Amino acid sequence: MSKSIKYYYDFLSQPSRALWIGMKLGKTPFEGCPVALRKREQLTDEYKKINRFQKVPAIVDGKFQLAESVAIVRYLSDKGQFSEQLYPKSLEGRARVDEFLEWQHLSIRLACGLFFRNAWLYPVNGIAPMPKIEQIQKMTKEVEANLGLLERLWLEKDFLIGDQLTVADLFGASEINQIKLCQYNVSEKKFPKVVKWLERVRESSNPYFDEAHNFVYQKSKQAVSAKV
Amino acid sequence: MSSRLATLLGLSQGPEDQQHLQKAFEEGRKTPTRQTTNLKMSPSPIKYYYDLMSQPSRALFIIFRLSGMPFEDCVVALRNGEHLTDDFKRDINRFQRVPCINDNGNKLAESVAILRYLSAKGKIPEHLYPKYFVDQSRVDEFLEWHHISLRLTCAMYFRTVWLEPLLTGRTPTEAKIEMMRMHMERNLDVVEEVWLESSDFLTGSSLCVADIFAACEIEQTRMADYDVRIKYPKIRAWLKRVRQSCNPHYDVAHKFVYQISGTGPQAKL
Repeated sequence: MSKSIKYYYDFLSQPSRALWIGMKLGKTPFEGCPVALRKREQLTDEYKKINRFQKVPAIVDGKFQLAESVAIVRYLSDKGQFSEQLYPKSLEGRARVDEFLEWQHLSIRLACGLFFRNAWLYPVNGIAPMPKIEQIQKMTKEVEANLGLLERLWLEKDFLIGDQLTVADLFGASEINQIKLCQYNVSEKKFPKVVKWLERVRESSNPYFDEAHNFVYQKSKQAVSAKV
Repeated sequence: MSSRLATLLGLSQGPEDQQHLQKAFEEGRKTPTRQTTNLKMSPSPIKYYYDLMSQPSRALFIIFRLSGMPFEDCVVALRNGEHLTDDFKRDINRFQRVPCINDNGNKLAESVAILRYLSAKGKIPEHLYPKYFVDQSRVDEFLEWHHISLRLTCAMYFRTVWLEPLLTGRTPTEAKIEMMRMHMERNLDVVEEVWLESSDFLTGSSLCVADIFAACEIEQTRMADYDVRIKYPKIRAWLKRVRQSCNPHYDVAHKFVYQISGTGPQAKL
């Protein structure tokens, strides 16, 4: 009898959400272990024993500990505990999804992540002041350069990799949704394919998509009403 | 429209940069542009598009050579903007970067994705990239970790100190260099203290692809006159081990880095 894996995550973390949605959709058995980043629980000595890098997401499978969302997807898949539709086993199918997963780190994730950090996380927590308009514009431009790549290069079909939802879509969408917190909404005029794709990803992965994003949705609205 | 961050990282350069780069290269090297390496006769070897100035290009180059995998050498001179042409975009890699491959019509970009694809095809020996999923996930953990940490910050440092002054003719402020160094060293600290805490190599007691990818990122900073060996004794000893385990291919891949930086390992192996 093997126990199910323990999943350490927080819904404020983009890859935490992507992996959580993927596991829910694929019926991966897991025990959810929320780590409240807002309380800095990831920085405790106790958590350091779980993940030496003190980040989320991470898993513990028996005595085996693993960090890094993409590495976790691959581990679970090879263990037969991750949906094959979401992460293919075939050589070429997998290579195409891997191509996106490796690409996103220094493109869409970096651009959205920096924007989120500088225009929400740091100012909200009093770590740094709200960036100036010019800085916001610069970060927005960077985000949009990458949205442009999605629009023109990746979204040839309904999803990033072909006609069906894969983890690539979950990772991509989760990064883009993060900047709702900075009051950034993808413009249908500028990026019509991206907007339709985001809606498709949401529909294909609900109710889990909304459940994972509830926190982001709420906080984004709060920020708006606070301004009013 | 190319991404500014990509440009910052030295992942792509606009056409206006090319002239400067070309000049720098002409000064930095005297060897001809195209090397013919590894052109073994085989039915249809994989076409490998790369430039030894690119960190992940070097890593894959070393890995392929160590694996004894035949490949067709397709050098893409980034400094000449060869990756920015419409032909390159259409026929070789829509993202207009290196490295990338073409395996009998199957085009693939992203170094780590390429590595996994070729490993699954049986081209990469198990000691370099394990096949058993538990062992493989340890290597994957590093590969996934390194992008936005070690790779990003080393590349930014290289860009700020070496590439940008070359392109703009302006020297960066001390404060900016200091900040870039701080970001980079925060990640070098993690390599020194966490990854190399209790083992000779990053993910265990022997060389694997993680070490090669990491070493190529760190070596890039030589060109920006950064010497990682001063502050980091474990990294220093580890780099030596990586080079020894990979040579002669390591030195071949790094010859321009050595030339441009005017530094290089003293010892001949």
